[in-house]
This record gives sequence, C-alpha cells and structure tokens, in this order.
Amino acid sequence: MDSIGCQCIEESYSELEPFIAQYAGQQTALITVLHKIQETLGFVPYDLQVKVADTLGVPISEVYGVITFYAFFSLKPKGKYNVSVCKGTACYVRGAPKVLTALEKELGIKPGDTTDDGNFSLEVVYCLGACGLSPVMTVNKDVHARLKQERIPKILAQYGE
Amino acid sequence: MSAIKLTIDGKELEVAAGTTILQAARELGIDLPTLCHDPELPPNGACRLCVVEVEKAKSLVASCVTPAAPGMVVHTESERVVRVRRSILSLLIANHPLVCITCEQTGSCKLQDYCYRYSVTENEYVGETKELPLDSSNAFFVRDMTKCILCGICVGKCQEIAGAGAIDFTMRGFITNVGPAYEDKIEDSTCVFCGLCIDSCPVGALVPKALIGKGRPWQVEKTKTICPYCGVGCGIYLQTRDNEVINVRPDFDSPVNRGHLCARGKFGWDYLQSKERLTTPLIRSEEVFVAVGWEEAFGLIVDNLKEIRSSFGPAALMGLCSPKASNEESYIFQKLFRSLGSNNVDSYSRHCHAPAVEGMTRAFGGAAMTNSMEELVSAEAIFLIEADPLKTHPIIGYRIREAIRQGTCLIAAQSEDTGLSDIASYYLQIKSGSAVALANAFAAVILEENLYNPKFINKRTEGFAAYSSSLGPEVVRRSLELTGINEEQLRSAARAFATANSAAIVSTAGGVAQEGGSLLVTALANLALLTGNLGRENCGLYLPYSENNLQGSADMGTLPALLTGYQPLREKTVRDHFSRAWKVELSEQPGLSAAALFSGYGNKTVKAMLVMGENPAACGEHREAVTEVLRNLNFLVVQEMFMTETAMLADVILPAAGFAEKMGTYTNVERRVQLNRAAIVPPGDARPDWAILTELAGRLGFKWEYESPEDISTEIAALTPQYAGISYERIGAKGLQWPCPHSEHPGSKYLYEGRFQRGLGLFTPISMDDQAKLLFSYEENRSAGKKTLCNCLSDSMRNRSVISKL
Repeated sequence: MDSIGCQCIEESYSELEPFIAQYAGQQTALITVLHKIQETLGFVPYDLQVKVADTLGVPISEVYGVITFYAFFSLKPKGKYNVSVCKGTACYVRGAPKVLTALEKELGIKPGDTTDDGNFSLEVVYCLGACGLSPVMTVNKDVHARLKQERIPKILAQYGE
Repeated sequence: MSAIKLTIDGKELEVAAGTTILQAARELGIDLPTLCHDPELPPNGACRLCVVEVEKAKSLVASCVTPAAPGMVVHTESERVVRVRRSILSLLIANHPLVCITCEQTGSCKLQDYCYRYSVTENEYVGETKELPLDSSNAFFVRDMTKCILCGICVGKCQEIAGAGAIDFTMRGFITNVGPAYEDKIEDSTCVFCGLCIDSCPVGALVPKALIGKGRPWQVEKTKTICPYCGVGCGIYLQTRDNEVINVRPDFDSPVNRGHLCARGKFGWDYLQSKERLTTPLIRSEEVFVAVGWEEAFGLIVDNLKEIRSSFGPAALMGLCSPKASNEESYIFQKLFRSLGSNNVDSYSRHCHAPAVEGMTRAFGGAAMTNSMEELVSAEAIFLIEADPLKTHPIIGYRIREAIRQGTCLIAAQSEDTGLSDIASYYLQIKSGSAVALANAFAAVILEENLYNPKFINKRTEGFAAYSSSLGPEVVRRSLELTGINEEQLRSAARAFATANSAAIVSTAGGVAQEGGSLLVTALANLALLTGNLGRENCGLYLPYSENNLQGSADMGTLPALLTGYQPLREKTVRDHFSRAWKVELSEQPGLSAAALFSGYGNKTVKAMLVMGENPAACGEHREAVTEVLRNLNFLVVQEMFMTETAMLADVILPAAGFAEKMGTYTNVERRVQLNRAAIVPPGDARPDWAILTELAGRLGFKWEYESPEDISTEIAALTPQYAGISYERIGAKGLQWPCPHSEHPGSKYLYEGRFQRGLGLFTPISMDDQAKLLFSYEENRSAGKKTLCNCLSDSMRNRSVISKL
C-alpha cells in the first residue's frame, strides 16, 4: 500500500497503457488487466475503465460490474490506511456490526469510501481467516483482534498523523 | 451421440447425451418452474427454482444445469422439492414489492404464478428490502429494479443477442443490481431500445411506457402479424384493447425473428394512433383541402381519370405503389393501371435498391437474396462489406453475432466502425468508396492462390475467361492503394473467405444503395460465383431490402416492364395469358419508370397520377425536381395515412388504413410470404388500400369480384409461377418461401440449386478505372447512401412515432 501515495501517477500510466494495449480484443483478459491496474494504482480510475472497455472490446457495463463485484477492486483511491472490517459469520455474531458503526462514526465515511484527507479508507470483508480473534479488523497489514467499539478511536489514533 | 434412458416422475424416456434434466422433463410435458432459464442463453443455475430430487443423489439438483444420466430416477414435485421451492419463492418475495394490484405484469408474472402454484404468501420472512430509484428517463420503458429478481436473462439478451452491452450485474451480495455502469440512467447507456430485455423479463421490472394503465393481459387481444418496417419481416403480436394498440410483443415461434425485435418493431407502432391520421377523403378546393365523402371523392377521381385518358391516351396515367403495400394491393394496383391501358407502374422508393436489382439480375437472372437469414448462423465464414446490419436490419445483425458465438469467421470490411467490427476475426478498415476494389482484390488473391472452385465455375457459370484475365497482379497492388489496407491483411482475409466450405456475403443499403452500387453487387456476385458459394445451404449473397414488402411489391409486377413473377411484358404469350385472365387488352407499350418520370423524360406525357402510400416529394436527393413534376400534373390522387409532402400536392387524398388495420401478405427479404392480420379497425372513414382500389376499379368499369385480400391472393397464385403453391391456408404461422410452384411444395429456403434463373451464372469484369472513380464520387454522395434505422419511406411513420427520438 505504500506505493500509492508516492508513485507518480503519470509514471504508472506510462506503464499501464502498453500493458492494456497488449490485450486488445481479448475479452477474457478483463480480470487480468483490472488486477494489474488495481495493484499499480490502488484503484481503477474511470478513464482506465473506459480504456479497458474499448481496448478489450468489453461493454463498460461489464467492466463496472466486475469491479463492483470483486472486493479486491476499488473505484476510488484507497486511503493511506485501509481499514478492513470482517463481517464474516464469527465476527458478525461477536459484534462486528457495532465495530463497523463505530468506525463509520469515527471516520465519517461508509464502507467503500475514503476520508477527504486521504488518510483512511473503510471496507467490509467477509472472513479474514482469524475467527478465533473475532471480531477482527486489519489496518493495512496490522491485525486488531477482539475488538470492542470503545477501543476504535484509540486504535485509529495510532495512525492519525 | 448415444441415447440416455432415465425416469422422470415414473415415466421412462430416452434423450440424447448432453440433454439436461430440465429439457428432458419438458419433453415429457412436465412444467418445471424456472425463472432464470432462457432457451437461447447458456443456463446459469441461478434461481434454483428448477431443483428436482434425483434418487441416490445427496442433495437436490438444479435441473437446468444437470445433464441427464443413464438410469437416473427423477422426482420433479416431491415433498422435499416443493418445500425447497416454497423457501426460494418466500425469500424472493421477502424482497419484492407486492404491488401486484397495480403491477403491469400481473397475470403474466412468473413469480406471481409460481407463488400461486406453491401457495406462498408474503409473511414467511421479514427483512431489509431494496430501495432503488425508478428509471423513467427514456421515452420507451420504465425500469423498476426493486421488482428485479436478478434472473439475469435481460443481461444475457443485451450482451449476447443484441450485443448492446448496456447492462450487467453490478455490486455484490444484497445490493446486487442489474443496470448500466455507474448506476447511469438507461438513456445514458449504450442501450439501443430493442426491447429484448422487456419481453424476456419474468416479472414486472421492465414495462413499456405506452402499456402503463392500458390493460391487463386478460383484457388484451393478441393478433399475430408482421412488423411493417424493414424487409426482415419479424413476426409480432399486436396487443390491442378497445381498438387501440397498446403493446407489441415478438413472436417467439417465428422462424424469422425467433422472439427478437428491434426498436422499430417493439416501439414504432404508435403512429397508428397519431392525431395526424387522415380520417376522411379530402379534395382540393383552391388552396385548401375540404373533407368530403367517399362518393364525391370517387366521383371526382373517375371523371378526371376518364377524361385525361380519353384526351391524352392511356399512357397519360401513371401509378406509384409503395413497397409497404401488401402483395394483394400491389398486385391489383398494377392490374388497375394495365387494365386502363397504361404500363406506367413503378415504385419510387425502390430506386435505393435499383443497383442491387441490376447487379443481381445481370449475374443470376433474378433479384432476390439467395439464401435465408437463419442460414447465416451456420455459415463457416461471413464476408460483411460496407454494412451495418445491427442498425439497418438488426435481426440479421443478431444472427451474425450468433454465428460468431458458434465459431463462424467474420470478415468485416468497413469504412466506419459498426457494432460488429470488434468481434470480427478479420477487420479491414477500408477507405470509403473502396468496397468494389476490395471485393475485386479478394477475387484476384483467390485466383492467384488457386483457391477458387473450378468445378462450380465449369458447370454453373460463363464469362470466367474474360473475368479472370481482368484480375492480374496489378489489381492487388492498386486495390491496396485504393482501400488503404496492407497486403497481409488482404491475403489472410481473402484466404479465410475462400477456404471456408460455406461463405455468405452480406452488404446492406449503406453499401449498395449509392453510386457504383451495382458495381459492388457485381463484384460480390463474381466473388460468390468464383468460390461456388451459391445454390446450396449456408452461403449465398445477402443484400436485404429496407422496406417490409419491397420484395413482394416487385414480385407482384409493380414494375413497368414486368408482370407478376418477373414475367416480361414484351413477350406476347405473357401478355395474352394475362389478357385472358383479366379479360382486358394489355398494351405492349413499355411503361415509364419512376426514375424516368422524375428525371424529366416523362413529365410531358404523364398527366394524372395515383400515388399509393409513397412520399416521393420527400424522398431522395431530387426532391425539388420531383415536386415540380407532381405539381405540373393535371390530376394527382394520393392514398395516404398522413398529410405527407406528396399528399400536400394532391387534388384528392384518400385516407388509407395502416398495416394493423388490414389483412394481406408481405414477402420478406428471404422470399418468405407471411400473413399480416388486422388487429384494429381504421380510424374514421379510412379504408384499406385494396378496398379503395377495388372500389375504384369497379367505378371505372372493371368487374373485379374481390371480397377479401384472400380472393386476390388466389388470383396471384394462378398467374405467378413462384407463388402458385401459396395460399392463406398454407402460409400458416411460419410463412412459405417462394419459389413454391405447387400446393404440395414446402417452399424454397435458398435459390439456384442446379440452375440460375438465367441458366448459367455470369461473371462480369470490372475495370480498375471504374473502381478508382468510385472513390472520388463516393465522398460527395456519402450522406445519400447512409442508412440507419430510419429511411425515407418509413419516415412518415417513424416521424409520428416515439422511435423518432432514437
């Protein structure tokens, strides 16, 4: 995630454009191409969605459908810190909804959004594979376990500046 | 394929390997409930409603995706199955607004029907419901996605069949929705408003605006008839209530459109109910039109026609007949004029297609599309040249898309991108006006690389020596300059075309209805002859006409020099035959063509005209000259639905019925004669053209005894060899394709098996200079040849319809 903020967008584009071009007319390469864009930029910007649709010969509705279906893809740039809250079964029954509400309140955004200062983005995931620690969330690669809503402000404060 | 034996609900049956349980059950007549299944889309097993119990299987299986296996014992309505179906339905209606009281789909809603069948009421589950805004942005239909059950059929139709790709599933989980990208309105998407989604939606999520509040399925009458727009001739059901059309649905059993339509067929019918319809005869009184009764109008017409005929001779009379008129109307139209002693009968709207007729007649002796639209699906290769069928003849576009999905190689040579360019195996972006050069270069490559069909050429053609010697290596070189493509592109595409076992050639109005069009048709005919792609299945030359009955109108002899079935007037035996049948003397003086009339040669002789459903004053580039000719006539009668530019010039206007208001047959581009049925009565005093003509003929002293169009069709069959075996009774639901020479004949899917109409197929060389000239003249005439969903003849309908907004 470190790469997002600092890497020059133009540089990324000059790398991505030939990458997309090599899949011209290959409708089946849609996910491969989107994957590369997401990894490079941290999201799939609108202009590249259109470019992918045109180059691969896929309707824009399908490109959008795929991006919004897979949690891996994002339509907006993610924050410097990406908060992933697990709403899988175990976390859910142990209070994930309350944790999520607290995060929404504290950050002032809904899942899928990024704060205006670009510091935090919030997303809901279904199972992080740590049910024993439920409810659980990750902030970038840090795992925060056995969450309680009261602890949320303090956790976020660690990433504040 | 080995057969598989299985038992379903205690009944044993045998099915082919690969058959799903659902298909097998339906063969037995078992009504398995499905929501997401559509016979023409790959099964997706999404709704789970078709689950069945298979003995010894661990769980219930979705019958739409499970192939039948030997010895399978299937129970389709076991207690367990019913329990699961009830749960699925309960879950569906838990998040489906139960507004059946006002929902347009009530009575034909699958969800409602299945809930009724399995006694599912609303109160089993309570949870969140979707809240989505209604999309009423466009002029055609409303999308209420709160009613959507996410079956995905509309997505499949939009992406696979129509190729519009306007909608897809978006988001995931509970908030999954179907719609355009970015939650855009459908109007802002790539939607072409073909309506395929509407007519396959199992619930009431997609509703045509015109239908809202107009009637429930059980209150609506359904009349099977034929779309009046292009030459494809789609089968449609007109839904009517209280003498008003409220909706059109496609005929899913029609061999022509198989349940598909385009925006014109789906939404373009509302002109029938336009306030601008003419409802009474009108006569000109100085500069205004005065409404009169039929008696007075007929009196005036008869007096004037008789007077002009006796003062100036019969050749002073001329008739222009619309290619939208039925076969019966076209037939009696020319019969009337020839009975009056004038062979001046033509259609002005046909001039767009004159090049196609000219080119095909020269090569084969006949001017009709050689093969059927359905055969395109099975062609190994399709050579599409300067054509945009998804716009001009959408059903043909859908068939080409379907062919590609099944592995057909599409070679598209276009000067402009079309909806098919992206999916072509070979896409040759040629300069506009260079289509002839490209077709010729294909032939040169095929000759040079020995990819032609010598057996076919020897047996079935003539003129090969002169033709082949015109195709030296310089042809390839110069063609590359003219077309702007490179040699490798040219050669690989030409090889793909020539090495296919069956290759069809498709061009539409955009390609042939312009200057040099007949050269292109000749070049394409040469190519088909060279590769032997004629006279058998899944190949041939496709030059579909733009009007619903352009083929039929010509078949019926609305041509100056040809009687029905293209029997030449100049032959005495033909004239004698018709004279005896009609009990009149036929003039041997060749008639005047519309083109000759309007180019000025004829306007000195022609004094009176009857124009039936054509609008020459608003058609084509020479509008002013045409108007001048019409203005200078002594007497002009126009049969019309609307006050068109031509009607404005008339002395008498007779209000005519629209297609939905009369019976008759139309012949589509694949020579399929289909029956058009009346669904409503015409407004006011308007009458069907056949009734007007019959009455007029009677008053002019001819003893015609037609009580219905069917009487006329009997006479057509008796005088037209190609139509001899065609009767209303035999036409049935699927139509009959001519030639159909006798009453046992099944009709002809394709032409020229064993023999061309002229005997041998004729090669005609095309000089390089002619090709080069085209490139320059083309640019100037570009707009004239460009055709979209609309065209000049249909415009008087289209302009008064919601489809004018497209």
